[in-house]
Amino acid sequence: MDNTPAGSVRIMTPVGMLGAGWDEATIERGLALGIDVITVDGGSTDSGPYYLGSATAKTPAKAVARDLRSLLRAAARADAPLIIGSCGTSGTDSGVDWVAGMVGEIMAEEGLDLKVARIYSEQDPADLKEHLDAGRIHPLPPMGELRAETLESCTHIVGMMGHEPIVQALEAGAQVVLAGRATDTAVAAAYPLMKGMPAGPSWHAAKIVECGGQCTTDPRAGGVYTTIDARGFTIEPLDPGNACTPYTVAAHMLYETVNPFEMREPAGTLDVREATYVAVDDRRVRVEGSRFHVADRHTIKLEGARVTGYETMSFTAVRDPLILAGIESWADLLRTHLRRRVGQTLGLADDEYAFDLRLYGHNAVLDDLEPDAGPPREVGVMLLVNAPDQATATAVAKLANPLMLHLPMPEMHYLPSFAFPFSPAEVERGPAYEFVLNHVVESITPTGMFRIEYGDNHHG
Amino acid sequence: MADTTPAAPPSTVGDLALEVRSKNAGPFWVTMELFMRDADGYRIVADETFINEHVIAELYRIDAATIQLFRIPSLNVVKISFPRPVSQGSLRDRDMHAGQHHVPLALLPLPGTTPGVRHG
Repeated sequence: MDNTPAGSVRIMTPVGMLGAGWDEATIERGLALGIDVITVDGGSTDSGPYYLGSATAKTPAKAVARDLRSLLRAAARADAPLIIGSCGTSGTDSGVDWVAGMVGEIMAEEGLDLKVARIYSEQDPADLKEHLDAGRIHPLPPMGELRAETLESCTHIVGMMGHEPIVQALEAGAQVVLAGRATDTAVAAAYPLMKGMPAGPSWHAAKIVECGGQCTTDPRAGGVYTTIDARGFTIEPLDPGNACTPYTVAAHMLYETVNPFEMREPAGTLDVREATYVAVDDRRVRVEGSRFHVADRHTIKLEGARVTGYETMSFTAVRDPLILAGIESWADLLRTHLRRRVGQTLGLADDEYAFDLRLYGHNAVLDDLEPDAGPPREVGVMLLVNAPDQATATAVAKLANPLMLHLPMPEMHYLPSFAFPFSPAEVERGPAYEFVLNHVVESITPTGMFRIEYGDNHHG
Repeated sequence: MADTTPAAPPSTVGDLALEVRSKNAGPFWVTMELFMRDADGYRIVADETFINEHVIAELYRIDAATIQLFRIPSLNVVKISFPRPVSQGSLRDRDMHAGQHHVPLALLPLPGTTPGVRHG
């Protein structure tokens, strides 16, 4: 890829998440405006640790393939590189290969021959242990110091790349870059940085476009089109009927960020305190004054997930006002009986398994933060059991079954029956995961923790 | 949270807001925003004697020292971030995206209104 400096860089971001889909007219609109690069995020931690822990994608293959076909065609027509970050939701190596496999098939079907780069971000715990021993791994709030056992307990660990490995792949001639875990912003910042655009506007624009149309007045109407130049950037929605306003663009700095003014990237910190947001017209916004402070130390953030146990879920429902009037004491009674039955039959102590009994319709979502005390009309009773193995989790849930069917209030002289929605009542959820890493590695080089391979021939 | 009962006088923070929302900011933090309708509403919620770290700590049963609170007059926004009290996806996490945890904040009674007087 030609890395000579440009006067400006035009970025098309069709959507906030590969696989979410778009109206093809928005892509045609971007192509008509003229584009230099297409960028799209393929992942997130937002849907929980399962996707990293199990290295499974959240998005269905057919939805991802549909979007890839649209973008590969557009990239070929515009002779513009296509950059996809955090492939396969969590950015594991298998996620990159999953997307690469689809890219290969689609290119064969479409008669395209674009050069593909695959950037792998999965980390070997043994390598990380060396960094840990050398004092190069540091916790981010609210986590404490990392222990080697934590690294070893993870099923998958990824490092979040910055723009540097993506730039390296582009400079090597890649027309399609399939990145493992990358910061949401690195995906869109890489190309403008390579073309000599200033870091402040490049990173700020990248943050604003990372969720596609989220920074517009109608987030459902498709993605955005951004032009970065020497002094700032200008942004508009791809859909001519949609609008960016200074308010919607500025407000996007708040979205899913702890701090609305600063954002740490591997190479430094985006600072938007002095940024100005001015309407160019009724649907385009000009942003200037964004700054980027290069960090003393380049750092790579780690994400890791491990198995916490195996879960089984059971669910019943209560409509009888006589129970609902005392639903919390009924639930306490159920918990007490269940612990006793588990002890009697399975011989398990309270700390050898765990369960959460949730009263949907009463206070399941907010639990003890629930501000409203009004009586519910009906309550869904969810039992979620976590145990060291699936059979034990299911055995606990099955011991709860007679209670979830018939448990009376203490003053009742009969057995009520509650409303199970399905049979069998127990649903095995398989392994459950948790995120355990929120730490950074002082990177010896910005690209050293990532491996770049070329071609769409994915592993295995 | 907005536009519930136009005829009723505003009684909660949410009644004066365009939107009150919450979301994960990564797996270990939750962040929430009060997008107020206008500067008058903003002045009420930005008043340090009304919403501050101690009020939020009590509302969400967390340590006040861990709270980051931002007042942004240019957007009529107050933004609040704190470490997720329950680890994302764990057995006791009932809100994977932390998308419903704005509700206690939205239902905070406005200064001078009687707490607990709410519809529904």
